[in-house]
Amino acid sequence: MPFNIHDIVLLLPEDFLLGAVCAILLVDLFLKPAQRGITHWLSVAALLITIALILADTDPATIAFGGMYVHDDVAAVLKIFILGTTAAVFVYARGYLRDRGLYVGEFYLLCLFATLGAMLLVSAGSLVMVFLGLELLTLSSYALVALNRDSPLSSEAAMKYFVLGALASGMLLYGMSMIYGATGTLDLAQIQKLSTFVAGGAAEHQALLLFGLVFLVVGIGFKFGAAPFHMWIPDVYQGAPTAVTLFIGSAQKIAAFGMAYRLLAGGLDGMQDHWREMLAVLAVASLAIGNVVAIAQTNLKRLLAYSTISHMGFLLLGLLNGTPSGYAAAMFYAIAYAITTTVAFGLILLLSRSGFEAEEIDDFKGLNQRNPWYAFIVMLTMASLAGVPPLFGFFAKLLVLKAAIDAGMLWTAIVAIVFAIIGAFYYLRVIKVVYFDVPDDKTALALPADKPFRWLLSLNGVALLVLGLFWGPLIGWCYRALGL
Amino acid sequence: MTSTWPLLSLLIWLPIVGGALVSLVGSERATTARWLALAVSLLVFLVSIPLFTGYDAASGTLQFIENHVWIGAIGANYHLGADGISIALIVLTTFTTVLTLLGAWDSVHDKVNQYLAAFLVLEGLMIGVFAAIDALLFYVFFEGMLIPMFIIIGIWGGPRRVYATLKFFLYTFFGSIFMLVALIWLFLQAHSWEIADMANLRLSATAQAWLFFAFLAGFAIKVPMWPVHTWLPDAHVEAPTGGSVILAAIMLKVGGYGFIRFSLPIVPDACQEYAWFIIALSLIAVIYIGFVALVQEDMKKLIAYSSVSHMGFVTLGLFIAMALVRKDGNPEAAYLGVSGAMVQMISHGFVSGAMFSCVGVLYDRVHSRMIKDYGGVVNTMPWFAALWVLFSMANCGLPGTSGFVGEFMVILASFQMNAWVAFAAAFTLIIGAAYTLWLVKRVIFGSVANDHVAHLKDIDGREALVLGAFAAGVLLVGVWPAPLTHLMDASVKHVVDQLMQSKI
Repeated sequence: MPFNIHDIVLLLPEDFLLGAVCAILLVDLFLKPAQRGITHWLSVAALLITIALILADTDPATIAFGGMYVHDDVAAVLKIFILGTTAAVFVYARGYLRDRGLYVGEFYLLCLFATLGAMLLVSAGSLVMVFLGLELLTLSSYALVALNRDSPLSSEAAMKYFVLGALASGMLLYGMSMIYGATGTLDLAQIQKLSTFVAGGAAEHQALLLFGLVFLVVGIGFKFGAAPFHMWIPDVYQGAPTAVTLFIGSAQKIAAFGMAYRLLAGGLDGMQDHWREMLAVLAVASLAIGNVVAIAQTNLKRLLAYSTISHMGFLLLGLLNGTPSGYAAAMFYAIAYAITTTVAFGLILLLSRSGFEAEEIDDFKGLNQRNPWYAFIVMLTMASLAGVPPLFGFFAKLLVLKAAIDAGMLWTAIVAIVFAIIGAFYYLRVIKVVYFDVPDDKTALALPADKPFRWLLSLNGVALLVLGLFWGPLIGWCYRALGL
Repeated sequence: MTSTWPLLSLLIWLPIVGGALVSLVGSERATTARWLALAVSLLVFLVSIPLFTGYDAASGTLQFIENHVWIGAIGANYHLGADGISIALIVLTTFTTVLTLLGAWDSVHDKVNQYLAAFLVLEGLMIGVFAAIDALLFYVFFEGMLIPMFIIIGIWGGPRRVYATLKFFLYTFFGSIFMLVALIWLFLQAHSWEIADMANLRLSATAQAWLFFAFLAGFAIKVPMWPVHTWLPDAHVEAPTGGSVILAAIMLKVGGYGFIRFSLPIVPDACQEYAWFIIALSLIAVIYIGFVALVQEDMKKLIAYSSVSHMGFVTLGLFIAMALVRKDGNPEAAYLGVSGAMVQMISHGFVSGAMFSCVGVLYDRVHSRMIKDYGGVVNTMPWFAALWVLFSMANCGLPGTSGFVGEFMVILASFQMNAWVAFAAAFTLIIGAAYTLWLVKRVIFGSVANDHVAHLKDIDGREALVLGAFAAGVLLVGVWPAPLTHLMDASVKHVVDQLMQSKI
């Protein structure tokens, strides 16, 4: 593979982010704790500049490094939203981390490295790149979950995440090796050509390919947190510092979509009939477990964890359509979910500030009497998660339902909506607590938050309504990225 | 015809923006919020009058059309338009909202700005439902209505408000989400969200049956029909007066309107096929729920059951029309049924709104809804008693009031179908009279029951204005229904023409 300077230029956003992370790592060493703000704003600036670089990129090339790296619009859109949500995470996390003595440079560095991994993952053109991107992403995440090392809950969550994550990586790698065995190549574009051919060929090759596919789907399911590979989600969401949960719950889901898109839609397109069935099972199981178990939760972080599981079920409904419009629906869903969930955890961070963790649903009691504006944002967020029009979440659901019905899976769609109704109950319960209950002494505190935080949270919350009314540009963007 | 003024958009967005402004006033300045909200609602009412006067009723087509691309990628348009049926309901909405806000002037003291804002936003969304002719847009308004109502019942409701509001939300959400699947399916067939394009599809009998039941799930719960009516008494009892008025006067009409806009034109063959089923459910609602109303001890609950019973006439009228078309292809009788259903909807809007307002007047004074806490109100509140008796007469369907016109038309149509159906439907006039008059006897007449009643003050000018306006509506439609029927005539004919055409 001849080295080409043009390839480096194609990766300019990644190059820049890598350079910036290294620079921030060095700068942070020389900063006193009181000057941590410099690290914070440098990190946010690095992310924003990376977004600008992606937006400015008009290079028509489609691959770099001999196909290792894919340079297409899907990757660009996903990266922009991954970077954007990560920047939002930083703004939301700052005060929370400071209050808990976790305001350290490592948080920023690990998040940035994870983001870099996510960028490589969604641009992966070969199995090796998928694995490298994924490992950079997940290894950073394991450490992030354990950031609060004095908390037994955090450590337990990190341990669980690590063990299960390592298992899933092992499965993924095993699947990749079998696919390599069946096709003789690691390049996803090649695999796409060969898998169709192999699938119609000798039976033993077919079996090998199918075996590999099963393991890949397991790995993808783990990354999404789709049932039955969801066990880590509730514990990690609850155990990790809320700022870290916010990062894992938002940007990483977009990355997970990117991974599924590269592997299934890109590499194993020829095996669609097989993976569609598998995804349908995962989707229904996730919808059932996520929505039903969430009803019993009293901890908001755990509730959102189960809600994640059910949302991933919806996302898979879009994927299993197996056509570009279905992928666009799933992509839209991933982005909508990331934006909505950022607000949800942002609200927990908002209330957590004054010396206690506002994790219990009851901590939100009577928020409307203390601050009607944030209560309104809670309502928008929960209604959007429940899928009530005219909010953002409804249109995401509409698109994936359309994709599923279009694919002839009418019954799967009906099962999905039945669980969505069950799901509506626990989102409504949060609105109920906020609006209908009276605040008690413990919750009757002021809401301190720095200005950027408050502005961003308001903007982010209102975006759920605005994007619900004017979601045309975003879906148009997704459609164009997929060549529709 | 493209109107120069985007009247419908104005009607939808003016109250929503106004509601946002009212909520910004803040809960401390309640009086400012009240006046601002009243001004906005009056302005909206005034804006809705040109719809009534400017509509070319003779053609019966959709007018005041506004069409803009909303989401190009999936072909959804911001497409508004109104025919006689929608205009009647839109004017009813703007009229009732003014009275609701006026009626709540003194009865709500907590977070007044939010209360008023919720009503204004709700008004905009309801007008949107009646004005949307793009199915997706319709659905957005249809579901969007739930949130303000959920909040209204949940914050300002009675002791069991949380239970009632959750039940209300989940019930309606449950029904409408099946409708969403039906709409998506239709979109995939028609490649368009326009209701008109969906109505032009050729659909097999099986597909129509599925679609019919999906729509039924959405609209039957909203109407509500027996046996999915159980959320309504709870919601009514717990809701604040204004919430009950809007719920009964307008939100229930959305169900009937949905049948007319979706079920009848899109799946006419299935509507004919299963007309017997709806007729049976409607008759059960009319008779059985009438008996249930008879034994209620709570005034609001009684009126809520009476609403279910009266709305039974709406579905009865619509599907009697379908049955008649199936039986002998008779458009005249079918036209009578649909017209009757429409008049009944408008009339019920006035009557139920007025009845709930009356209960609100008493509740503001005594803080009880129980019938046994009253008696002899006429001695202390003569003006109020006079109006209450008028509304009660309308509720029984006395000739000369609006309640008579619609019921009479529906019964007349039923006779052409089957004398027994007509007999069963007419039976409601007896039960309706029984529960209403018995209520009047126990609450209004007799000797003064207790100290509370002895100290009641008669209605003040504001309350008199609200109830008087309702009374004017009731009498106007009862004595001189011509403007209303003239407005809807051609549009109803248009609906009947559509449902005459087989889609198989």
